[in-house]
Amino acid sequence: MDYSWIQIAVAAVFISTVITLVLSRGAGWLSPTFWRNAAIVSSLVMTFILLWLTFDTAGQVRPGAGHVPDWTVINYEIHLVWDNEKRRQVPAVGAETGFFGKTWSEEEAFDLINKGKMTLQSRNCMECHQILGNGAYYATDLTRAWLDPWWEERIMPLTGAKTREEAMAAWLKNPPAMPQGPRKMPNLHLNDDELKALIAFLKWMSAIDTNGFPPRFGVIQ
Amino acid sequence: MATSFARPKIGELYESQKLALWYFAVAILLFGLQITFGLLMAYQYINPDFMLESLPFMTNRTIHVNTMIVWLLVGLMGGVYWFLPLETGREVVGIKLAKLIWWVIVAGVTVVVLVYLFVQIGPGNAFTLWFINEGREYVEAPRWADLAIVLWVAIFLFNVIATTLAARRVTGLLGVLIFDLVALGALYTAGMHYTVNVTMDQYLWWWVVHLWVEATWEVLVGVLMAWSLMYLLGTPRKLVETWLFLEVALVFGTGILGLGHHYFWIGTPEYWIGLGGFFSALEPLPLVAMVIHALYDSGAHRLQTVNRPALFWAIAQAFGNFIGAGMWGFMQTLPQINMYSHGTQLAAAHGHMAFFGAYLGTVMTLIYIAVQNVRRPIMIPLDSKWWSWAYVLMIVSIVGIAGSFTISGFSQTMIERAELGSTWNAFIQSYTHPWYANTHGWRYFFAWTFTIGYLILVYDLLTIGKRRSA
Repeated sequence: MDYSWIQIAVAAVFISTVITLVLSRGAGWLSPTFWRNAAIVSSLVMTFILLWLTFDTAGQVRPGAGHVPDWTVINYEIHLVWDNEKRRQVPAVGAETGFFGKTWSEEEAFDLINKGKMTLQSRNCMECHQILGNGAYYATDLTRAWLDPWWEERIMPLTGAKTREEAMAAWLKNPPAMPQGPRKMPNLHLNDDELKALIAFLKWMSAIDTNGFPPRFGVIQ
Repeated sequence: MATSFARPKIGELYESQKLALWYFAVAILLFGLQITFGLLMAYQYINPDFMLESLPFMTNRTIHVNTMIVWLLVGLMGGVYWFLPLETGREVVGIKLAKLIWWVIVAGVTVVVLVYLFVQIGPGNAFTLWFINEGREYVEAPRWADLAIVLWVAIFLFNVIATTLAARRVTGLLGVLIFDLVALGALYTAGMHYTVNVTMDQYLWWWVVHLWVEATWEVLVGVLMAWSLMYLLGTPRKLVETWLFLEVALVFGTGILGLGHHYFWIGTPEYWIGLGGFFSALEPLPLVAMVIHALYDSGAHRLQTVNRPALFWAIAQAFGNFIGAGMWGFMQTLPQINMYSHGTQLAAAHGHMAFFGAYLGTVMTLIYIAVQNVRRPIMIPLDSKWWSWAYVLMIVSIVGIAGSFTISGFSQTMIERAELGSTWNAFIQSYTHPWYANTHGWRYFFAWTFTIGYLILVYDLLTIGKRRSA
């Protein structure tokens, strides 16, 4: 899109005001007529702009179009790098590593992540955790869960797993058995297929460009 | 123009108003359920092992949040069924259908809550999304219940439009109401879909969550408070209608693109950061207007009213809406702050104050107006010694609850996000820090005082106006 947010904001307010004033010629600014026109005009103008921006956004957030990664990103190493121009962290894709010991085709990866999203919803994760910052506030934000250093530092030694995905699966199989901190996660009875799918979803989500949220991930002062 | 349309008079209630009484009764019952599960969660913050496997935090939260949305919506719809026949001067068209769908909805809500409680979660497939839980905050209801809700709102909309047409008189208030309800019904359907792309999922999910509570619900409340002020203070119609138009212009003018403050961090393009920040910074404007309106009207009448509890809840609504939605929202809406505070307990502080102020205050006003008209002889002005106890206790308690969330939210923002880098360990460090952990006890205390306030409220609603005649 070729317009900046300031241009859109100024245009939205300007168009609403001008149309209201033209429609309300002769009515004082304290009259019901003026404000009735203002209500109708501003609602319609803002709705129109929202619909236009929605089409633009929908195009930009297609997997692979820039902000949201391709499904096959789960086959690669993912990390965050500091972008000096944007002054924030952005996800970067590294070498091919495979996922659970294999390389997933486009179609296989989609099916897996789709199953992972269904699992995320069916287990009501959002009522304790946050997904992209949204949800309840009882447990960690899962946006960058795949990239969390805790898996290597604590969970891999604890479970004896060789890879991060195996450590995540081993821990999520029965979280109350290996509590981390006073707040415990209940056992959500995830089966092996669901575990693999859920972890694929989390890995894919960790490569979404979230404009730098959550801030300074993994940077300890 | 007639202003005394809704003044108390001895006579039969319209069928629509009798239905409204059922709406209010169920609203109060669900409110009690919401408080119960809130109490359980407040205790789980202190003792995280309490019912970890049988009734986990996530289940309590689902019921806490869902019953809130339903009882507030039921209360607001009840208000429309109460005032609609008074506004149009006739019985509501299609009232039999309205009664039928109401009992279907009551049965449906019961089933949904029982499934939340006893089934809780399901396998990772479409069956769970259709029949157990959709797993999306605020719109958790399984898909079959979504369809029932759409049917319910459609019948409600039919009642309002058909009654207005039959009365052959579209007042400004009715015009705004119909305009708003069409948007409210249409927006709900935006949340009824499954998509794997979590960014697009959340993009449309906010059309329901934000555009309901920060746009269409606010306007619905504007209409109901306009009717309430005409009833309580005899404010002239021309005045309330002009204010209402101004509020709609500001609520929709700022709130529709204010939606952008939910699009800062979900993977959407960067222009939303500027747009969302700009428009949501303006979102408190209509709330300031509502405070001025309520204060001006109350002051002009020197608080002389036909119904004291209703007027005081209306004043609490104006202030609570401004403080909870306006100030606590503004505090964290700019992207420069929100990047650090988003998804912390600060959001819970805002949520508690805003819903209490904007919506609970409105529903209480409506219920006290209805209660006044079912007691015989009608007491004018309606008053009792108990309502003010419930009023003060609940306001003090919600300030305590939101205050403790604010403090834990500040601590979490600083420790987890700014200092320790937002990781799992950073999160544990923040919630075990005394600055955060100390607030758990305060919140639990205020959850109990809130509960006592609720019990007094229920007692008062059952007894007010019964003892002495006017």
